[in-house]
Amino acid sequence: MEYIILILAGILFATAIYNILQKQLLRIIIGTVLLSHGAHLVILTMGKLKRGNPPILDESVTNYTDPLPQALILTSIVISFGITSLLLVLSYRTAKENNTDNMEEMRGESNE
Amino acid sequence: MSNLAILPIIIPMLAGIIVAFTNKNVKITRFLSKLFSIISLLIVAYVAYTVFTNDSIILETGDWAAPYGIIIVADQLSILLVLTTNIIAATAAFYAPHSLSLKQETHYYYTFFFLLISGVSGAFLTGDLFNLFVFFEVLLMASYALIVLGGDKIQLRESVKYVLINLFSSMLFVTAVALLYGVVGTVNMAHIAERVAEVEQKGILTTIGILLFFVFGTKAALFPLYYWLPRPYIVPNPVVSALFGALLTKVGIYSILRVFSLIFVYKMEITHEAFIWIAGLSMLFGVIGALSTNNIKLIIAYNIIPAIGFIIMGIGIFNQDSLTGSIYYLIHDMIIKSALFLLVGVIAYVAGTSDLRRMKGLIHHYPILGWLLFISAFILAGIPPFSGFIGKLLLLRGALSADEIIITIIALLSSLLILYSVMKIFIRGFWGEKDESHMSKKVSAGLLIPIICLLAISVFLGIGAQFVYPAIDGIAEYLLDPQIYIDSVLKE
Repeated sequence: MEYIILILAGILFATAIYNILQKQLLRIIIGTVLLSHGAHLVILTMGKLKRGNPPILDESVTNYTDPLPQALILTSIVISFGITSLLLVLSYRTAKENNTDNMEEMRGESNE
Repeated sequence: MSNLAILPIIIPMLAGIIVAFTNKNVKITRFLSKLFSIISLLIVAYVAYTVFTNDSIILETGDWAAPYGIIIVADQLSILLVLTTNIIAATAAFYAPHSLSLKQETHYYYTFFFLLISGVSGAFLTGDLFNLFVFFEVLLMASYALIVLGGDKIQLRESVKYVLINLFSSMLFVTAVALLYGVVGTVNMAHIAERVAEVEQKGILTTIGILLFFVFGTKAALFPLYYWLPRPYIVPNPVVSALFGALLTKVGIYSILRVFSLIFVYKMEITHEAFIWIAGLSMLFGVIGALSTNNIKLIIAYNIIPAIGFIIMGIGIFNQDSLTGSIYYLIHDMIIKSALFLLVGVIAYVAGTSDLRRMKGLIHHYPILGWLLFISAFILAGIPPFSGFIGKLLLLRGALSADEIIITIIALLSSLLILYSVMKIFIRGFWGEKDESHMSKKVSAGLLIPIICLLAISVFLGIGAQFVYPAIDGIAEYLLDPQIYIDSVLKE
């Protein structure tokens, strides 16, 4: 199961990087969203994928689920959610002010 | 007692929240932000005094014992950097009202400013790799808001690039932390270090180390990952540029210093050897960038890159002298870069342009400005007896004792070119015939006093090296033995 999820994370990373390398601003943002999904899957897999076990380590419990990856993933999801919304607003304003959503046309000159 | 360690994070955060409520009344906001930055500076100075006279302060939040809970570690290195951060923050708080427009001030500049300081302090103080990521995000969030403050066309355009590159590297950071957690089963830095030491950094651990280096290298703007840095750093207001140039890249370099002196120190022939080459290339390419442009703000922004190169060179060589030099240079560079950014901000304001080809003879109208630039160019390039000299001397001594001849030559050559790149501003902008069109603008004392304070500290770091050097030498010794940090955190 872990291997399948890790391969899925790899596919997400690959599609994310492909999208980030595009010129259109919206595609780049979709790329970053996919990238964060890939990263979150990696975090989840690192705690081993198990079902039905309690997240408590006690003397009577022999098989338990590691709760830390869940805590990490939650923090990471909140952060990437916040940044993505900021990025969407920022890109919208940028595209409007610069009259283009093509990164190629957003290079700028030396003395502005 | 151990609660002292969290004060440098809490106070700016509270200050940020309070000034958000007084936002409508700009006079009160200004007064409060100056007051809070001074209070914060004094408290941090007290904490630093406690750390240097006694021992590292370690706060285990919620009373969870070290490897299980979140910890805040105020050791000598981190508290020294937090102190420097607060000095810069205090000067920036006094400079800001004279430099920002009213619109920018009332759009919550001070709130984001304090959140940035809180995030930077947190990144320096945390003892937990995942929390380092969280504090990185706190400071980056504040920086996203600061960089776009004002909302000009060019600002929006550059900040999109800035946000994208940081978002990309942050996601890689999370992945690297996750992979490391999968291998060693902990995110506490001391605990990671202990476990990595047990297996002598076998197999995939070195790969994860290099992935982390890639992440921090992107944030610190090392060769070949520096391409994003210069342009976003020049578009916001000078005071924001100064904060960015002084603090943000330095958090990246601090993370490299911490991680590669504590955790990944068992495969030096791979990691640290590579740092030396990257350092040399960063110096060369950064200086070439600084020489290639006529935009005075861009010249200073490019000068961040060779400075980062100098610091990483010391980490790469990794002996007593070179690490002392790196830390000395890190402190020196934080102060002088903020002074230079503030200074070119004033110059660009009085000249009405940042294009060097369109200014001349400024010295006739603004002699103080000219001489301040002259002194700061000397400090930056490391002319004795200023602070850059002490750092570079130690770095070069460390390099020579490790028989790294090529990097020594590159470092000396790039120092010379750094001096030329900043002197170019002085020669082209300040020499020459009187230009009456520059007469109109007055430079208020409020703009100059913060710069003079920063330069005075920088001069003291050079002339008063005998007072500062022993402390920094002690830090280098402390970094060379990761066991001290591990023992102080895990209390075994």
